Amino acid sequence: MSTNAQNVPVQFPAPVDHPPIGRSPVRAGSPRGKIGPASVARPSRVVSPEIPKVGLSEICLSYRTQKGERLLALDHINLEVKAGEFLCVVGPSGCGKSTLLHLIAGLHQQTSGQVLVDGTPVQGPGTDRILIFQELGLFPWLRVGENVEFGMKMKGIGKDEREEKTRYYLRLVHLAQFKDSYTHQLSGGMRQRVALARALATEPDVLLMDEPFAALDAQTRDLLHDELERIWAETGRTIIFVTHNVREAVRLADRVALLTFRPGRVKREFPVDLPRPRLMEDIEVARAARDILDDLREEINRSLEEEYHAGVKPHFATEDEQ
Amino acid sequence: MKRALRYVIFYGGLLGLWTLLAESKIWPPYLFPTPWSVGQELYGGFQDHTYWIAIAVSMKRVLIGYLVSVVLGMVLGLGVASNKFLEETMGGLLVSLQSLPSICWWPLALLWFGFSQNAILFVVIMGSLLSVTLAMEDGRKQMPKIFGMAGRNLGAHGFKLFWHVLLPASLPFIVSGLKQGWAFAWRSLITAEMLYMSLGLGQVLMVGRDLNNTSAVLAVMVLIIAIGYIVDGIVFKSMERHLQQKWGLTPAT
Repeated sequence: MSTNAQNVPVQFPAPVDHPPIGRSPVRAGSPRGKIGPASVARPSRVVSPEIPKVGLSEICLSYRTQKGERLLALDHINLEVKAGEFLCVVGPSGCGKSTLLHLIAGLHQQTSGQVLVDGTPVQGPGTDRILIFQELGLFPWLRVGENVEFGMKMKGIGKDEREEKTRYYLRLVHLAQFKDSYTHQLSGGMRQRVALARALATEPDVLLMDEPFAALDAQTRDLLHDELERIWAETGRTIIFVTHNVREAVRLADRVALLTFRPGRVKREFPVDLPRPRLMEDIEVARAARDILDDLREEINRSLEEEYHAGVKPHFATEDEQ
Repeated sequence: MKRALRYVIFYGGLLGLWTLLAESKIWPPYLFPTPWSVGQELYGGFQDHTYWIAIAVSMKRVLIGYLVSVVLGMVLGLGVASNKFLEETMGGLLVSLQSLPSICWWPLALLWFGFSQNAILFVVIMGSLLSVTLAMEDGRKQMPKIFGMAGRNLGAHGFKLFWHVLLPASLPFIVSGLKQGWAFAWRSLITAEMLYMSLGLGQVLMVGRDLNNTSAVLAVMVLIIAIGYIVDGIVFKSMERHLQQKWGLTPAT
């Protein structure tokens, strides 16, 4: 089915002797071992360089529309993400990219195929993979600190350790002095950082981000790009980041995967070998983005055509596709 | 300041009108007493501790009954809301049961529990259980789905998910139902007490009638209204305000 996924040869720098990250200048030079209290866990060691951190194999998802028709949302998705890699997934709206993250997070069940983490099939949610929702889902009845603490509390981690880590992660996202605020008292960018701290505090190996910066103004977004890149370098997490903004994807990613319009397939994968740190305005970023955009435009046109022909946009039953 | 003034004008006018009607002697004073004599009755009732005891007894009953129905109602309501089969079957039954005035449970309560405290509690529970259940069910459905997903995502499941996420997330949506449940519990209690002679405000009300003492009847009615207002206006209002502040919702003006 996914014959066109192999259009571009996917190149993996072979990580044999060293951890599979460290290509980029920022990361190689970052003082990785020294940050944070000793109790803050590093992501678990790579079992074997051949086994990807996250592997999607032949993922299909179909669902019934309100009219009772079966609709294929995801069609034989195959993707591999290495430990410590930053993967961006782009695609036209309605291609199922958010749904894909929900499947990896274990919040939904695919119709067929497997999500593998360290080679083990995913069964339901787990704190080794934390999803940052597009609408964040911060708990308004809890203070900022309590939000960050939440995952650790659910894990049954003791109070002292929770407090120490909460302080550490709030400092990491520069929100230390807002520990006792309620989330509605913060700005959009600050709320975004609370969500990031809350996700990081459970110390997941994999961070899943669903268009997290879409609703922010450009300055705040640029700032958060820098911070996310820094935190990624400091903590060494694997990140799968969904966006519809191709430049944002090129700005952040080691590799960009482009999904087709319904049903979602992996159309192409684009390795991004530009040196870090990058800027959205960099000419190389723009050039790389244009390549991806050419391909994306085809899909957007297809989606527009389908909308006009169908008259009505098919209704998405999954909660995340409102 | 302005609000206080409005209250003074309104209630002052109301009392003035009442006094005027009573003093005009259209109806005999033993049927239509002045506010003054009702006030005296209230004072006397508190002086000889009759009202204190009645209030204590009634409050104890309503609190026990209400707490039981809140706990039961939460379990029932969440169960109905989270299960399609229950929602379709029991949901309809609950709505139709709500059309039954709670005092209709009284004969059944008498047969099951006899003339006892438990019979009263049964009526109170049946009176408020349904509205709490329906409010819970509704609140659970209105609650944004994102909270449940975020909770599961962060490792909460089972009872922890309910206690730490679903319950607090649905609170703003169920607080009005809890308030309504309280009102139903209070009304059911007074009705049941009027039928069952054993202390309590309802009984004191009936005693006033038996003694042909209109002032006493009115005095107890004022008491019942006042307690209902205090609980509603102080307990539930502050709860609502607290929730709204926490959630960052603007308080209704």
